[in-house]
Amino acid sequence: MSGSVLYDAPGPRTIARHRVYTVIASVGLLALLAYAVLRLQQNGQFEYQKWEPFVSPVFIETILVDGVLETLKMAFSAILLAVGFGVLFGIGKLSEHGWVRWPCWAVVEFWRAVPVLLNIIFFGILLGLDSTTNRYWAVVIALMLYNGAVLAEVFRAGINAVPKGQVEAAYAVGMRKSQVMLAIQLPQAVKIMLPALISQCVVALKDTALGYVVLAPGLTFVMRLIYANPDHGQNQIPTVIVIGGIYVLLNLILTVIATWVQRKFVGEKKVLEVSMVGEGDPSAAPVK
Amino acid sequence: MDVVWEHREAIALAFAYTVLLFVFAGVGSLIGGTLLTAMRVGPIKVLRWAAAIYVTLVRNTPLLIVIFFFRLAAPKMDLRFDFVDVVLPTTVGDVRINNIFAACTVGLTVYTAAFVCEALRSGVNAVPLGQAEAARAIGMPFAGVMRYVVLPQAFRASIPPLANVQIALLKNTTVAGALGVSEAFIRMRGLLNDNPTARISLFIAFAAIFVVLVEVLSFVANRLERRVRVA
Repeated sequence: MSGSVLYDAPGPRTIARHRVYTVIASVGLLALLAYAVLRLQQNGQFEYQKWEPFVSPVFIETILVDGVLETLKMAFSAILLAVGFGVLFGIGKLSEHGWVRWPCWAVVEFWRAVPVLLNIIFFGILLGLDSTTNRYWAVVIALMLYNGAVLAEVFRAGINAVPKGQVEAAYAVGMRKSQVMLAIQLPQAVKIMLPALISQCVVALKDTALGYVVLAPGLTFVMRLIYANPDHGQNQIPTVIVIGGIYVLLNLILTVIATWVQRKFVGEKKVLEVSMVGEGDPSAAPVK
Repeated sequence: MDVVWEHREAIALAFAYTVLLFVFAGVGSLIGGTLLTAMRVGPIKVLRWAAAIYVTLVRNTPLLIVIFFFRLAAPKMDLRFDFVDVVLPTTVGDVRINNIFAACTVGLTVYTAAFVCEALRSGVNAVPLGQAEAARAIGMPFAGVMRYVVLPQAFRASIPPLANVQIALLKNTTVAGALGVSEAFIRMRGLLNDNPTARISLFIAFAAIFVVLVEVLSFVANRLERRVRVA
């Protein structure tokens, strides 16, 4: 089989050589794994005391209710707000009027380039970090601004990806600008950008972990709660493994959904890719 | 804006940490990511799987958790970075590169390497199969196929995604601040708390410096891409 651009289909001697490499690589990887397990064992990381919170119902409930549920709530409220922000500024960036296009461009570029952590702490301190609600909203607002700015680019690219003939045909039958946008461009663009939107959910979900710095509710708060409890005997390693595992699981579920949506609605076409910065020169008026 | 000017030296020192974190983790992640890509696209199945598992796991874990692991969990299994202790004197104060800095750099490197691997792999995948087949058909040896046909095209195609990964890394260095390096994020938090009247101008100052740094990176990437682009 020659599925790769990098090398030919192997002949009998190459196959034999690859077998030797496979054995060496497997031994190497297993040795590495064994060393890691041994290291954990020597430092007593497999003691029951350290893993107890993850098998006792009280803590499992805390992890699921105060951790997973709060994190999901935070990620989804941020994404919902970000979609609104993205639609507004994405369409604004496509405006024919320079006085709309330029400010929208500036807002999007600014929030895309500023690290989320700076936003979290800024809005956290502005709102006051004394109540859980404020900490929650500091994270949600920060995530909304960043993800909204990224989504604005996604929406713009999605609307531009709609074939030009569609727009021309709509104008030809006498539709107005707003009608063309609402009835022709947006419905088709949504289909194209759905997978990119779901991928952005993964980013938002991962970024909720940054709420750690303001003690926002969610998985990282529960994480702190568990490893800081002296009863569990400094169980940072088990905590990281379990909480990290939960994040990975949630994100993999989202990725599976994104792949499914991609296959169902977009077909084999490439996923819409959007550059982090410097794309979409606002001085170029959009094609009608 | 007076408050910003008054603290210019502290701000400069903080951004020195940010830039150093970026440079170390950037170089490290490029090296690690290249190795991972070699494993990921190579002919040995075991290594392909190992690299794929690494990339999937790391990409889906929040950066904060990755750095937390190296910073606070790894010492519990005797993985410490105490051997790192360098002081770089600058005109605005000493930059201390210690075990905390090293742990955060390792975390950033491990995390970013997974994304570098994906960027490089997408570059290799962008080269059509027919290119290599044609090169072989005219009798080029393996090294020639790689050197003159496949790798130049793969490298070109991976510049834009690589630039995105490195820009994300620059912004991600702030997470190291959350876990103990006194870089821009921590300095901004301190200044915001100390100067309640000048919060907005302080935030805009820090944000603007980040915007400038990101734009510089993006400019360099654009120039690089233009230079290697085939007409």
